[in-house]
Amino acid sequence: MTMPLVLVAVMVVMYACGVYLMLDRSLTRLLLGFLLVGNATNLLIFLMSGGFGAAPIYGDSSAEEMSDPLPQAFILTAIVITFGVSAFLLALIYRSWRLAHDHDDRVQDDESDLEIATTRALAATEVTDEDLAETLEYDDEDYPESGADIAPSGSAASDASETAGEPKP
Amino acid sequence: MIQLVPLAVLIPLAGAALALAVPGRRRLQQGITLVALSSVVVLSGTLMYLVDASGILVMEVGGWAAPFGIALVVDRVSALMLTVSAVVLLGVFLFSLGQGLADGDEDTPVSIYYPTYLVLGAGVFNAFIAGDLFNLYVGFEILLVASYVLITLGGTAQRIRAGVTYVIVSLVSSVLFLAAIGLIYGATGTVNMAQLTVRIAELPSEMQLLLNLTLLIAFGIKAAVFPLAFWLPDSYPTAPAPVTAVFAGLLTKVGVYAIIRTQTKLFPDSSVDRLLLIIAGLTLLVGILGAVSQLDIKRLLSFTLISHIGYMIFGIGMANAAGFAATIYYIAHHIVVQTTLFLAVGLMERQGGTTSLSGLGGMMRKAPFIAILFFIPMLNLGGIPPFSGFIGKLGLFTVAADVASPEAYWLIGIGALVSLLTLYALARAWVLAFWRTPAQAGAESKHAKPATTEALMLREREQALFERLQDAPDAQPQAEQKEIPKLMFVATTGMVAVSVALTIFAGPLYAYATRAGETLAEPGLVVEQVLGDDDGSGSESPGGGSGRTTLEEVDPDE
Repeated sequence: MTMPLVLVAVMVVMYACGVYLMLDRSLTRLLLGFLLVGNATNLLIFLMSGGFGAAPIYGDSSAEEMSDPLPQAFILTAIVITFGVSAFLLALIYRSWRLAHDHDDRVQDDESDLEIATTRALAATEVTDEDLAETLEYDDEDYPESGADIAPSGSAASDASETAGEPKP
Repeated sequence: MIQLVPLAVLIPLAGAALALAVPGRRRLQQGITLVALSSVVVLSGTLMYLVDASGILVMEVGGWAAPFGIALVVDRVSALMLTVSAVVLLGVFLFSLGQGLADGDEDTPVSIYYPTYLVLGAGVFNAFIAGDLFNLYVGFEILLVASYVLITLGGTAQRIRAGVTYVIVSLVSSVLFLAAIGLIYGATGTVNMAQLTVRIAELPSEMQLLLNLTLLIAFGIKAAVFPLAFWLPDSYPTAPAPVTAVFAGLLTKVGVYAIIRTQTKLFPDSSVDRLLLIIAGLTLLVGILGAVSQLDIKRLLSFTLISHIGYMIFGIGMANAAGFAATIYYIAHHIVVQTTLFLAVGLMERQGGTTSLSGLGGMMRKAPFIAILFFIPMLNLGGIPPFSGFIGKLGLFTVAADVASPEAYWLIGIGALVSLLTLYALARAWVLAFWRTPAQAGAESKHAKPATTEALMLREREQALFERLQDAPDAQPQAEQKEIPKLMFVATTGMVAVSVALTIFAGPLYAYATRAGETLAEPGLVVEQVLGDDDGSGSESPGGGSGRTTLEEVDPDE
């Protein structure tokens, strides 16, 4: 099997650029990266089809001269699928951008990951308005330990320390 | 009888098209979906019976002979997978029907939900009956694109965030799969699995290893095998309860099914079996350790899902007929039980308003029926006799004891440990959600009467436990309790009944799985069936790049 060196080089460059772009946090670059990687794969299938010959149309040329039509069919299918997925990705990016409209189109941070990274103890509680309303019924003497118990972490802590309420279990 | 084979894909696709043609008319869409899924259940049951009675069914699409055209192959494994997944799809559909009827479908754009659900089914079925590597890829893409839509349903911020992870990881695995197909075609000049059985065996062993590993990585991502499972617990739990249930039950199993096909049809003399066993052990351990540390039930179940994929890889890694048989039975059991558990959690979420164990409590009194519905599949997944989980694990361990290699003995130990830890994690969740005094009520009752020392200690330990465990990153705020429609109960009870039926009919089913495993261990039989007497190996030289195959066209919707 012989392959044109130029096409192999193009494939390698496309793979490299595509993977690099896919590692980016920006969703738009991610889409571009996916397109590059997808097309590099199409090129790979094309290269795998062996020697190039005449158009594979019955009657135009003899079977020995034809190039292999099967990889071309694969590529066509793959292109259609890539097209559909890109359309979906675009919609996803647009939705993501709308949701974060005053930020940008980056991959959103996983808040709990950040929390794990930044705090020592995990605060499994979040104080809501309902809790604040409930805590008014109790005196601090009933829960002498509760004020000190709350870990100084996250947004919940700042709310909770003002009211010294018991966090919702 | 061969004409029945493509119907498994055509019925859901036609149903999806019909349902899409009547947007806004929800009743009609639901009717179409119900009819389509029910007929697939009947169809796949028939196929299972036919295949078991009269052998493998091969359908050559468009009448093009096998190496050139696309072959759809139904053997015992495919038929069983078809039946189980059709039943699960129907059960989950009924559940979502009940949920949708009660909620007025405010959260979900229902005009696309039912068609997408059917397309997902078509993709799963197509992957199961593919006798052609590229058709398997197309099946994967159909189900993946449908799952992209379902996982981001409604487009809320947390679903988009989770969906982005899921979509990107799936895309990478798809591209890897496609590249592997390209490489395999380059090496052998065919993508017909039966022909590949013959031709791959003629390749040099290093090239076999390379192709094998590429495929395994692509499928490993889909099957959520350690260390490629990182995406699963982050993305599955955010979807609506029925969607999570069907994803957890089916999608990872399609990956496992593809691994089975790879290891039996394409690389029967594979040299990676030992690697598979090691990966199985790590998947089992890492998955269950993740589950033990979760506070959110949906995340907990997602981690047990990863862990139990390890059992299936364990069976595949042993690479003999009995191992495959045990894996097949285990897959059938796990699809049903995992889906049932997620449905039960869906009921708990409606009853308690949250899936975080810190917010649930005292549900035994309020909803004793849900407690039972969660309890039975919990024992089943944990492998308590006499349930099907026990039978599946026993099957695996028996085979491993017969294999008697050091890895197999290690895996028996790990498997037993994981079984215990599964039970521990789930039982703790059950006790906290159902048996504990209600969380809010706890504070008030303490106020009313002086608490005993034991009660205080218990409460402190509970608090310490909650602090150690991880809550879900995107835990939704506690919603109000909603009335649970009868249909949701009926669907969940039905799935529990199916899981119990797997136990009651374990004898015939395991015998069926054994026969299926024997077929898998002899790929030569399928080769004869698909390619006829001429196995197509002599005409072209492998490794020559272009097989001079003249394929008419590859229909992407096939």
